[in-house]
Amino acid sequence: MLARPIRAATPAVMPYAALLPMALTVIVAYLGTMLWTLRTSFTASRTFPSDKFIGITQYTRLFDNERWMLSLHNLAVYGLLFILACLVIGFLLAVFIDQNVSGEGVLRTVFLYPYAMSFVATGLVWQWLLTPGTGIDGSIAALGFPDFVFDWIVDQDLAIYTVVIATVWQSAGLVMALMLAGLRGIDADIWKAARLDGIPAWRVYVSIILPMLWPTVATVFLLLATSVVKLYDAVVAMTQGGPGTASEVPAKFIMDHLFLRSNIGLASAGAIMLLVPVVALLAPYAYARSRRARSGA
Amino acid sequence: MANVHLRKLSITLGGKPIIRELDLQVEPGEFLVLLGPSGCGKSTLLHSIAGLIDATAGSIEIGGQDMTLADPSERGIGMVFQSYALYPTMTVKDNMSFGLKMAGTPKAEIARRVGRAAEMLQLDALLSRKPAQLSGGQRQRVAIGRALVREAGVFLFDEPLSNLDAKLRAELRRELKLLHARLGSTMIYVTHDQVEAMTLASRIVVMQGGEVQQIGTPAEVYERPANRFVAGFLGAPAMNFIDGEVDLHNRFGAGSLALALQEAMPTGAATLGVRPEHVHIDAHGPLHGSVTLVEPMGNHQVLWLDCGGHLLSAIVHGPAQYRAGQALRFGIDAARVSLFDPVGGGRL
Amino acid sequence: MMAQALRTPAVQAPVAAGARRRHFTPARIGIYVFLLGAALFFLLPLYVMIVTSLKGMDEIRAGAILALPVDWTLEPWRQAWSTVCTGASCEGIRGGFWNSVKITLPSTILPILIGAINGYALSFWRPRGANLLFGVLLAGAFIPVQVMIYPLVRLLAGAGIFGSLPAIVLVHLVFGMPVMTLLFRNYYASLPQELFHAARIDGGGFWRIFLHVVLPLSTPIVIVAAIMQVTGVWNDYILGLVFAGRDNLPMTVQLNNVINTTTGTRLYNVNMAATILTALVPLALYFFSGRWFVRGIAAGAVKG
Repeated sequence: MLARPIRAATPAVMPYAALLPMALTVIVAYLGTMLWTLRTSFTASRTFPSDKFIGITQYTRLFDNERWMLSLHNLAVYGLLFILACLVIGFLLAVFIDQNVSGEGVLRTVFLYPYAMSFVATGLVWQWLLTPGTGIDGSIAALGFPDFVFDWIVDQDLAIYTVVIATVWQSAGLVMALMLAGLRGIDADIWKAARLDGIPAWRVYVSIILPMLWPTVATVFLLLATSVVKLYDAVVAMTQGGPGTASEVPAKFIMDHLFLRSNIGLASAGAIMLLVPVVALLAPYAYARSRRARSGA
Repeated sequence: MANVHLRKLSITLGGKPIIRELDLQVEPGEFLVLLGPSGCGKSTLLHSIAGLIDATAGSIEIGGQDMTLADPSERGIGMVFQSYALYPTMTVKDNMSFGLKMAGTPKAEIARRVGRAAEMLQLDALLSRKPAQLSGGQRQRVAIGRALVREAGVFLFDEPLSNLDAKLRAELRRELKLLHARLGSTMIYVTHDQVEAMTLASRIVVMQGGEVQQIGTPAEVYERPANRFVAGFLGAPAMNFIDGEVDLHNRFGAGSLALALQEAMPTGAATLGVRPEHVHIDAHGPLHGSVTLVEPMGNHQVLWLDCGGHLLSAIVHGPAQYRAGQALRFGIDAARVSLFDPVGGGRL
Repeated sequence: MMAQALRTPAVQAPVAAGARRRHFTPARIGIYVFLLGAALFFLLPLYVMIVTSLKGMDEIRAGAILALPVDWTLEPWRQAWSTVCTGASCEGIRGGFWNSVKITLPSTILPILIGAINGYALSFWRPRGANLLFGVLLAGAFIPVQVMIYPLVRLLAGAGIFGSLPAIVLVHLVFGMPVMTLLFRNYYASLPQELFHAARIDGGGFWRIFLHVVLPLSTPIVIVAAIMQVTGVWNDYILGLVFAGRDNLPMTVQLNNVINTTTGTRLYNVNMAATILTALVPLALYFFSGRWFVRGIAAGAVKG
């Protein structure tokens, strides 16, 4: 005889209660703030939030703003170069390290340590390195090129490229680490089969390995792209957006207008615009992943 | 259809010698199986024939040419791997033709070879699929197809059936045997499964610890094993081993178990090896024993008998029922036994 | 030629048995040259940082950024630590160091705890709707912080805690939650579900099973999470700048103040010393943790 009937599985309450912080974070801190910013972007807020709705005026003002347009241009140029350089350098480093080289552990440590440094430290060091006169160009001039000067960092048109150099230095190691993990996950027998088929090594990488690494490359691309959109600390540390506003980027534009120039409405419009590339990246990525999950791959 | 000749082949990996001065002749058209437990060096040997592992010393001759230092793609071989190693992002057709394309083979020739292999392996319906969309057995066929299109003189198989379930394994085993009969190519096949070895091989090379224990036809290695290791490795249930002595009258004795031997054997300590199928339950048999365990196998039963402290397995056909603890009498077919040196394990 | 050397030792014409293949082909040398060149590029800033911080200002003004110090001196380090001006006061960057410690410790422990609980609930209990919530949480990790900063400022100001230690810790919790939850959820998903089933049959409830079964098995992932969170929080600039308040500014903020807002002569050696001091904790953590750091990157980058 059963002592007591086993209780029907009532949904346990505890898991929901335990997830409360997560729910609060998502609803209030993520969604709530985004909606607030969205709302503000339609108002005439300046130093303080206002309730006066002015439609999309802030957005038109935004795109009439020279500094904002310059920041977008800079971000596009920076983003393209940064992502390309990181992918290529990171991939090459991974491939070469994977060739059974001696001292692999040391090399990996050397390539990845910059990632442990903050953007601020990175920006400051490279600012010092690329200072015209006392920086690296001084040493190159001493080698026998007395007129050599590397003044990109104070050049209106070239300053943004110095930020590329500094941040690629910092992030290429990360790409290398992820690509290396991907390479190492490839069945060794594939290499043997390719050797037997007489396929030259470079062709194996291009036609077989890289297509197999597609998910890894996609993930890396996503990580790099989001860090491009968020670019702020490195610019502040390295060039302060200068000379003048030559190396301005959207994140800095928004921060300046929120806290220094007291124009919350404009800044909010800028922030919402910054969401556009992020959504444009996330949507296909999430879609591709859910399709793969459904097809059971 | 090429021959393979290994002369004094030695392979050292990571400082450890895996293969020591191995000599082996593979006849054209034969199906040679390298059989042995994990770590015996059979896979290493196969990889060195393929050129994927460098030989430390000695020479490898394929089809009459010295291939010791040649690239894998230049040795005139095809290879099938345990994990199939199909290129995952290419279709079956591309998998089979990629190597030929790289070698500059004309398109018409590629189409002809792929078509022939597809027909032989029933892959026609699968040509435009990707490996992820195939079952294990289909993938293995594609792997074989990829080796076939190379129209090589020698085919190497590295435990190709280990990743399949038992039923599929038996099916593909038969297909491989038919394929060999049809193609007549030289095939070198690595496995740890003695059933595969027995059913497929024209000759078996039994290996242990990097050294060849015996080379012979399946019948030879099964009925006249060269040493205790070979004797115990082939056959299931394994051969029974009983330690005892051979006396001056050519009789083997081990306590209450005594057997008159047919071949002349040196006197002294010896280990008797007798296969379960040569232990006959017979009401008039000379030996006594009691049943400790009965294992019904469907079409036969395996009886485990205690004979004066010695544990023997016996295979019994027919409907007779046995119970644990039952006392019975049995005999051993003296014409089919083997005797081994207790020290060293060599055949006496 | 390069292609052959990659993954394939170069082929010699077939020779008599016994001849050995050469392994030092030009292409293999090329690989080492590339790697060593890259290593030099990566090490250059570190070298320059250290070398500059040990020179006197005369030497620095003379140029030769790559040269070793002629007259070694630890004075820049002393100045960086105790006397440089970081905005309001001139007490050196040590204040920032202790602020960073004050911020990093709770901002590591709390997110790890919450992340573990979240991961545990998501992978073992799977309440309805939780996965959707988690998906949105993860998506939130990609949103630029500028979208959320101002409303958060208003919220915290409204709660009366803006510009204080609790504020910055809370903010780090909010922004650290996605990665922490992901780490723990993936890790727990790789543990055998039978453990959990057995514990439930034994009568364990939510917290019991967490404390007695799951948490003791979590050591590896806690280490990885701690390394990632300490590095992330210590290196943070923008959140510390906005939310920590003047008394709690982390080292990164103070460092930037020291270097980029000083008027008068720039003391490059002091600047570099201060930079090293700021980067020291995460770098040391990186060099000592080795494999764990890489594990963290791989685990965090593999989304679900």
